[in-house]
Amino acid sequence: MISAQLPALQVVVPLIAAALCLVLSRPLAAWTLTFLASAAAMVVSFLLLGAVMDSGTIDYAFGGWAAPFGIAYRVDLVNAYVLMIVSTISTVVSVFARASVASEIEKHNQGFFYTAWLLCLTGLLGIAITGDAFNLFVFLEISSLSSYVLIAMGSDRRALTAAYQYLIMGTIGATFILIGVGLLYALTGTLNMQDLAERLPDVSGTRTARTGFAFLTVGLGLKIALLPLHLWLPNAYAYAPSAVSAFLAATATKVAVYVLLRFVFSVFGVEFALGAMPLAIGLAILGAIAVLSASTVAIFQENLKRMLAYSSVAQIGYLALGISLATPAGLTATILHLFNHALMKGALFVALGCIAWRIGSSRLQDFAGLGYRMPWTMGVFVVGGLSLIGIPLTAGFISKWYLVLAALEKGWWPIIVVIIAGSLLAVLYVWKVVERAYLAKPPEDATRAEAPPSMLIPAWLLAIANLYFGFQTHLSVGVATRAAAELFGIAP
Amino acid sequence: MTIAGLYNYWIVILLMMTGFYVVISSGNLVKKIIGLNVFQASVFILYISVGKMAGGRVPILQEGVSDYSNPLPHVLILTAIVVGVSTTALGLALVVRIREAYDSVEEVEIHRQDESL
Repeated sequence: MISAQLPALQVVVPLIAAALCLVLSRPLAAWTLTFLASAAAMVVSFLLLGAVMDSGTIDYAFGGWAAPFGIAYRVDLVNAYVLMIVSTISTVVSVFARASVASEIEKHNQGFFYTAWLLCLTGLLGIAITGDAFNLFVFLEISSLSSYVLIAMGSDRRALTAAYQYLIMGTIGATFILIGVGLLYALTGTLNMQDLAERLPDVSGTRTARTGFAFLTVGLGLKIALLPLHLWLPNAYAYAPSAVSAFLAATATKVAVYVLLRFVFSVFGVEFALGAMPLAIGLAILGAIAVLSASTVAIFQENLKRMLAYSSVAQIGYLALGISLATPAGLTATILHLFNHALMKGALFVALGCIAWRIGSSRLQDFAGLGYRMPWTMGVFVVGGLSLIGIPLTAGFISKWYLVLAALEKGWWPIIVVIIAGSLLAVLYVWKVVERAYLAKPPEDATRAEAPPSMLIPAWLLAIANLYFGFQTHLSVGVATRAAAELFGIAP
Repeated sequence: MTIAGLYNYWIVILLMMTGFYVVISSGNLVKKIIGLNVFQASVFILYISVGKMAGGRVPILQEGVSDYSNPLPHVLILTAIVVGVSTTALGLALVVRIREAYDSVEEVEIHRQDESL
């Protein structure tokens, strides 16, 4: 009985927890609730993933109202996979958040902080699970508005301007998406994604369809932070509280990429989106520029959170390259990288959060000798960094390997050159940190002291996941391959 | 339909471009939010125009009425208005905090202060 209601529970549990959190407002109670709700969402997402893998796509009519009139939730492999990523990251990072938030955010604001966290989680899960285009817009705004709040809670005053900038750009992006959805509705008379997919091919030659597609992709490009629409991202991730940087970097842009996949492959169809429209070549060029330029900029950052933020922009470039190939292999690489990038950026930002907790800084100059002062934390950073570069036996290698294979299959040599150049640039910026932490002399008064276990354990969980999925690829690659085949509409 | 018959869509385009231009060009944080509001309002009118039918009545079953306006876009826009109001409120709250921290709401001045840090 309850298993039939899983799709609803996925969203409703964190939503109700958010309301309760606001009432409780005491830091410890709010944190406990956040952790429990995230863990519950994680359990639900695993059950959903298992159910979808066993018996195929789940359709859920909200409130018992059937699809054309009610809001339908539709869980297939792709979004079950995204739900799993988002809820798992939220659970792991929320364990870390307890100590980190206590040191970075004033006590009377912590209840609000966790409320916003749960709302953001609700929004991200809702975007991933819904089968209704307008419902998607509403969840997008729920997650965006709460992430503006989360970012603005950073202790530096620049967090405020970063949140403001994100609010302006994010709202423009969301409004573009709203325009796109409106035009599609005007054309087809439906908001249900499945119905849209059925009715769009008949009208895909019209200017309205093309305009709607353009508004949707540009709006999503803003949310994904695809270069040159990435301007909000570096400051937002650099000045947000540590836990928020880890949570958002690992989930928010991933969910936006999922929405792009959903619209390109499920709603518009590959022939229209990547064939008739010039999206593939656009994504290829912008992706390649993003990989090269953002990685180069990352090398020159003194603030390491900003460095990782620029590296995120570069990683989004890899995701865009995978989509632009327009083959099942390329799509597999993109879906795989969604997961692996969440693992590595999660690990790296959590490690930086531990360091910020201990020495109160994430600037490179303060990292001298940190490899001896906080060996366990730096261990996580090194593992995450290796994975970011794409060293064999780490998760990052697997996704880059699949991307290179997909590019080979298509014979796109320049893309392979870009991927290798991007990895070499990543070596430079990761090495810069490692060199300072292990080869520079620590200051005289420095003592050896680690972050508390509540921060180290989640950090190491993420680091071990990076290693585990580097050689044990059955789960991640298996699901990604099947999900890509499903999006392409071919039986696995 | 004639060009004049589509006048509400022309208004939508005019408002959309005006609002978007204000967001991009203005350096004043409050004016940017006003621009954003104009931009969003244009989308509201777009949706409402799509649902309106010339001579259509309210969608309640009545004797002798056969043409009804489509209520769905109107309901959707109620939701979008709520989202717009929340965004404006949050944006203005951020501006208040920015003014407390920087004593200015001008983008140029805020950038100047941050660079001198």
